[in-house]
Amino acid sequence: MPRPERTSSSPAETSPRETVATVPVGPERAHRPSAPSEHAHPSRRTALLFAGLALALGGAIALFLTWGVDGHWDFALPRRLEQVAALAVVGIAIAVSTVVFQTLTQNRILTPSIMGFDALYVLVATTLVFFLGAATAEAIDPLAMFALNAGLMMGAATALFRWVLGDGTRGLYTMVLVGVIAGTFFSSLTSFMFRVMNPNEFDTLMDQLFASFNAIDTGLLGIAAVLLGAGIVAVYWMAPRLDVLGLGRERAITLGLPYQRTVTTLLLIVAALVSVSTALVGPITFLGLLAANVAYQLTRTHRHVINLTAAALISVLALVLGQALLAHVLHFNGTLSAIINVVGGIYFIVLLLREAHA
Amino acid sequence: MIAIDSVTKSYGDATVVDAVSLTLPDSGVTSIIGPNGAGKSTLLSIVSRILGADAGVVSVEGLDVFSAPSREVAKRLSILRQDQHLTARITVRELVEFGRFPHSHGRLTPECREAVASAIEYCDLAELADRPIHQLSGGQRQRAFVAMVLAQDTRYVLLDEPLNNLDMVHATGLMRLLRSLADDHGKSIVLVLHDINYASVYSDRIIAMRGGAVVQDGPPTEVITEAALEDVYGMEFRVHEVDGERIAAYYR
Repeated sequence: MPRPERTSSSPAETSPRETVATVPVGPERAHRPSAPSEHAHPSRRTALLFAGLALALGGAIALFLTWGVDGHWDFALPRRLEQVAALAVVGIAIAVSTVVFQTLTQNRILTPSIMGFDALYVLVATTLVFFLGAATAEAIDPLAMFALNAGLMMGAATALFRWVLGDGTRGLYTMVLVGVIAGTFFSSLTSFMFRVMNPNEFDTLMDQLFASFNAIDTGLLGIAAVLLGAGIVAVYWMAPRLDVLGLGRERAITLGLPYQRTVTTLLLIVAALVSVSTALVGPITFLGLLAANVAYQLTRTHRHVINLTAAALISVLALVLGQALLAHVLHFNGTLSAIINVVGGIYFIVLLLREAHA
Repeated sequence: MIAIDSVTKSYGDATVVDAVSLTLPDSGVTSIIGPNGAGKSTLLSIVSRILGADAGVVSVEGLDVFSAPSREVAKRLSILRQDQHLTARITVRELVEFGRFPHSHGRLTPECREAVASAIEYCDLAELADRPIHQLSGGQRQRAFVAMVLAQDTRYVLLDEPLNNLDMVHATGLMRLLRSLADDHGKSIVLVLHDINYASVYSDRIIAMRGGAVVQDGPPTEVITEAALEDVYGMEFRVHEVDGERIAAYYR
């Protein structure tokens, strides 16, 4: 968030020239207390935060698994465990992809979903069935189909958003506009293909695509988890580089980060993670925004290792709690995506307004 | 040595930097002056590989800045830009630690910690080390960014209008700091300045640009003269000798 520029100097500020003019550099100088105790403070805070989030998540999962089972354990438990696993994969994929994307674009409002990434995944899947035909598409193993979709999606998204991001100097509002237009354009193309498609193809596609939280495509859970695992390892491995990217494009280049290559790699990972979540449950626009921003507010650090972990925990927590509430309080009158989009959408508007005022 | 060979950059019809060839020395303070739009900042951005050139080559100690591994260039050359905006929430110490990235790749060695501590000390930031950057005043923030560049410990330090937003106390403090970096640590400081009198008093060499080309290049005694400055800026100057320094007056 832009901070007001102040040129006035506070009383605490002392002129640097004393140092230079009179004081030799080196340890002989009388040391001011540089407060190592304060330095320990943030890490304890982080540990407490993680403990709190983990506890909350554990509680939510326990609640989700046991609420209203009424003795039918052998029926309910495996189904619910599978659901929890799917919610975890989706939640982590969305949180991690959002945090990475926000660092790439240097903003805390845009997410891959808002920029039309999941709409692009749906478009890729639709185009594939459209051109291959129902017979061919059905003959392909669902796992292979997913891999094909994800691969194409990674290529298309990376090429497109490399170009959209340009040299990183476009303003936030240009990006929002481009995202909204791109998302709408992808959806329109998709629905155009739905219309001209023959019914068999449409059927095949519906099978593949229209997963939701109430009908999670658990057949893909295994491969999705593997892809997610690979993505997470790559992102955590690149965390120091992400920290540097967080300083902005120019400083990252100055500090010797191969900027173009790093951005391309990260975009590929984001596209893979979006493929994972969209294939399992379909598009959920505002979850990433919610999880990432709540995480930033709680962690108050620039370090990606911490922010990524916190965002992932919050994201999974929101999904599990939301699904439990949906099942037992709302009795499935509605969808989890709808609830998340209402809450997240309001939050999005609040953030946008706050940014406009700052 | 930084060798700039026929570097050209245009935006549409406007040529901002027009076939500039220069060599920047291994040590000392070199100031680049000139009117707005002369191409000073653009040239500095190209040298530091933040901006691509349309033509020409820039090399630092024989490494082509655009094709050599970015990390190797970052061990030799750093730049401080005008922009002080940061999205990330970060303390002074953390910012300065980022200066070690080209050397450590994210894992601070004891040597890194030493460099960070001495950069913080050198810029008189010890009391502020654990404060978030966004709570600092403009002058303090500027010093924090200077400390980051110091921690990077490169032979060549480029600064794009570092005196912007600084009052005379802090501007003078920063210029003394840069001068001492050149004198005590043998660094080569290259900076874009609008205040020609700071350039006159602190530089070993002054390069004057106009319309994308270098029009004057020499020690202050040659460039801070009425004829040369009028040629660069197209307005009248009076140059006075004050306490052994050449001071230009240009307010009427």
